[in-house]
Amino acid sequence: MTAFLRPPKLDSILDGIGNTPLLRLRALEPKGVEIYAKLEFMNPGGSVKDRAARQIFLDAIACGELTKDKILIDSTSGNTGVAYSLLGAALGYRVTLVMPSNVTQARKDITRAFGTEIVFSDPMEGSDGAIRHVRRIVEADPERYYYPDQYSNASNWRGHYLGTGAEILSDLGDKITHFVTGLGTSGTMMGVTRRLKEHTRPIVCLAMEPADAAHGLEGLKHMDSSIVPPIYDRSLHDGTVTVDTDRGWDMSDRLVAELGLHVGHSAGANIFAAMRLANSLSEEGKTGCVVTIACDRGDRYFAPMRWEKRYQW
Amino acid sequence: MAISVRIPASLRTLTQGKEEVAAEGATVRAALDQLDKTHPGIKERLVDDKGVKRFMNIYLGDEDIRFLDALDTPLKDGDSLTIVPAIAGG
Repeated sequence: MTAFLRPPKLDSILDGIGNTPLLRLRALEPKGVEIYAKLEFMNPGGSVKDRAARQIFLDAIACGELTKDKILIDSTSGNTGVAYSLLGAALGYRVTLVMPSNVTQARKDITRAFGTEIVFSDPMEGSDGAIRHVRRIVEADPERYYYPDQYSNASNWRGHYLGTGAEILSDLGDKITHFVTGLGTSGTMMGVTRRLKEHTRPIVCLAMEPADAAHGLEGLKHMDSSIVPPIYDRSLHDGTVTVDTDRGWDMSDRLVAELGLHVGHSAGANIFAAMRLANSLSEEGKTGCVVTIACDRGDRYFAPMRWEKRYQW
Repeated sequence: MAISVRIPASLRTLTQGKEEVAAEGATVRAALDQLDKTHPGIKERLVDDKGVKRFMNIYLGDEDIRFLDALDTPLKDGDSLTIVPAIAGG
């Protein structure tokens, strides 16, 4: 099996994407079950979205759909936007993003730092409103833009099939028994699951969704109340679990206080789902190894939003 | 006090798809209580026993009610409340 190692010297910032470490979360483990989080915040753009964005860029350039006279445009709730912006700057392509105007100030500032133009969509319409908004922009001037549409682009999940999933198998080998992660575009779930399902021994793959449509797990989708991403195929994975927003937020607080692991709320919800799964396996007297994704770092949510302007930091 | 409440997409299953609904009350708390009678289930999505949920935001005009008197913020005729949740997916 190929070993995925982060090289000590990089030729390009793109080469820093992927080969992220797995962190064992011993403090959360019940008897007989190991829990690992793949630290995707160690990608150069600070999130798991670097992988999808890199694959989208490279595939679009290779097939000639993205050229230097076009502007790459897509809708995003944030992290994909940071990743597109980083890659656009590194590879010399212009990037425009459509985001709901209530994304955190940090996301706006970070993407702008790379030279990206931002178009804001109605905060009341959420990320689906941003999807509809970008479609209108592209329809009005199709020649001007390359619209990869991360929700329907197979390169999104391919980045995880070739990278994330293969790395997990390389690092844990036959040990992994379960994989669980939250759904946003579903790219991570679809790509990793496709790769893990090719393994000789069965690995149970579970998707996680917020428990309620009106949730606070930024980046995740409650599928029944959302535009379902075309790349999402429910038949690939073995089931779906739900996590309440409060459980995700509480886990993020616990991880930073007790483990020194400062992650965002979607990562908190992922790790909560992994711990709950590990506990249920242990209670049944089973052994196992559960893997999940630490999507991004908690400081991405630090910048005071409008409603936090009088908070003491 | 007759006021209007702007509803985000993620809560419109509780308002039969309406983007804006009417409510009445002398305070935000009273308006949410009344709104929950006409649209059952909406209040529990917005507040818990500590007040407005930490991932929910309710604005009176342009100001977050956390920076006014929270749920005790007084309302007057014609006021507009806006509910802004966190952002989903991708």
